Amino acid sequence: MIKNIIKKFSIHFILIITSLLSIFPFIWLISTSLKGNAENIFAYPPQLIPTDFTWANYTGVWKRVDFIAYFINSMIVAGGTVILNLLLSALAGYPLARMEFKGKKIVFFAVLATIMIPFQAIMLPVYLITIKLHMMDSVNNFAGFMGLIMPFAVNAFGIFLMRQAFLGIPREMEEAAIVDGCNVLQLFFKILLPMVKPSLAVLAIFTFIGSWGEFLWPSIVLTKEAMYTLPVGINNLQGMFSSNWRFIAAGSILATIPIIIFFLALQRYFISGENEGAVKG
Amino acid sequence: MFKYYGKLTPYLFLLPAGIVLLIFFFIPFFQTILLSFQDYSNSIYSPEMVGLQNYIALFKNPVFYKVMWNTFIYLVVAVPVLATVPLVLAILINQKIKFANLYKILIYLPVIVSIVVAAIAFKWLYADQGILNYLVASLGLNSIGWLTDPDFALYSVIFVTIWKGIGYYMIIYLAALMSVPKELYEACDIDGANFITKHLTVTIPHIMPTIALVTTISSISAMKVFAEIYVMTKGGPLNASKTIVYYIYERAFENLDLGFASAMAVVLLGIVMVFSLINIFCFERNKYQI
Repeated sequence: MIKNIIKKFSIHFILIITSLLSIFPFIWLISTSLKGNAENIFAYPPQLIPTDFTWANYTGVWKRVDFIAYFINSMIVAGGTVILNLLLSALAGYPLARMEFKGKKIVFFAVLATIMIPFQAIMLPVYLITIKLHMMDSVNNFAGFMGLIMPFAVNAFGIFLMRQAFLGIPREMEEAAIVDGCNVLQLFFKILLPMVKPSLAVLAIFTFIGSWGEFLWPSIVLTKEAMYTLPVGINNLQGMFSSNWRFIAAGSILATIPIIIFFLALQRYFISGENEGAVKG
Repeated sequence: MFKYYGKLTPYLFLLPAGIVLLIFFFIPFFQTILLSFQDYSNSIYSPEMVGLQNYIALFKNPVFYKVMWNTFIYLVVAVPVLATVPLVLAILINQKIKFANLYKILIYLPVIVSIVVAAIAFKWLYADQGILNYLVASLGLNSIGWLTDPDFALYSVIFVTIWKGIGYYMIIYLAALMSVPKELYEACDIDGANFITKHLTVTIPHIMPTIALVTTISSISAMKVFAEIYVMTKGGPLNASKTIVYYIYERAFENLDLGFASAMAVVLLGIVMVFSLINIFCFERNKYQI
């Protein structure tokens, strides 16, 4: 009995410490963002609870940085990336799961091969191609969004995830639909896609998170501040407010709120462990 | 089964994804290799083929060895931690305890938050007069230049990568733990095995494939780090925290040395391919079978 209590206690102890370590950097950022000018943010010993409490850093940074624009840009990019990934992955995953055709093996291994090509290694030619295709924000905003979205419009993980999902549908479903007079497109969009909704949801959520946090590519292609996505905008805070950590902290927290809400609303998809298929290398 | 689709149908389904993969994966892949044999310094429009010149320049450059060494350290430090700590946490959370969901949410939080925000938060903790140096000072030691001392910068950045990855791998392990048959634990209980022996003899052998999978995918992602370094150190001081991808970025987009950067990129391609092949053929076979 006592042994059991000690065991439970130590488990909770370790998990509480780990949880605190996981959130402390954010807590400290929040604390700093709420400290007024009268309080020394470098005070020894450090003060977690602000003594000169203020919202002024939030209003100050809000006035000078167009968070709404960054947020909308991020929404357009992440939204566009998700829609294209769902559509293209499902379309490509289906024949790989269910149809017989010449060259199927070649297509299969070609898609598999792209898993081994990290974006970071090919980003230079991707950049040159994006310029050649005029998908740059210097052309116009739409072209700029295209440039941000298209290189990530589909990838092998999504295609294999959807292929796996279609493999799980009983063949009788398709036969019955065809006998009832469906053509291939009706069969695909009206019967099969609704049946793979759970996989589509997993793909959508993980694509969204990936796209929302993407930093390297937008920081390479973007030339106009009006086109900045949130990560690029947040990084830019460092230059704008050089060592004004109160503003940098407030800006970082502001920019993080949307994704935290998204996470808490959909947490079961992230932490239930049902998303093995979405594991990325 | 009877055929309900035309001869061209499968190709039409594959076409949209095929076009994207062709333009943004296959062509850039071959172009990277081509660029690595070319020199763009005289004219950006008519590059010269220069054979192995870029590779020779790369292998003669001391920064290349520094960068490779740093990436190696990144792997050696981050991967063992990411393969083990999340496993321990997953086992603990799996013990039917109270607040399990809350722990999962809190530990997963760093995964969700943008790496840029995470890097800024840590930059603030690592500041010269920051909270970490307060702890160091209260132990009676001299303050440490977490991001400005060449001896510490790389490890400070690695810590952020680890911190951000723990929750992700913990969830992968939790999924794997579900597949361990409960009877085996019951048998252990009857034998009177303690908590640690129980998991060493039952859990670990059972989820070995997942441990291997986590090892390879965390290796691949450790080789691709960029944002942490860009936001916190820019590869400095004195290249102390510069890794492969940052070096490619710097050479390509800051020095506009396309050939040199591409030679470096080919090296990265080669290394990642080896790890990916191990992954595909050894650990994820069932997922990628025709």
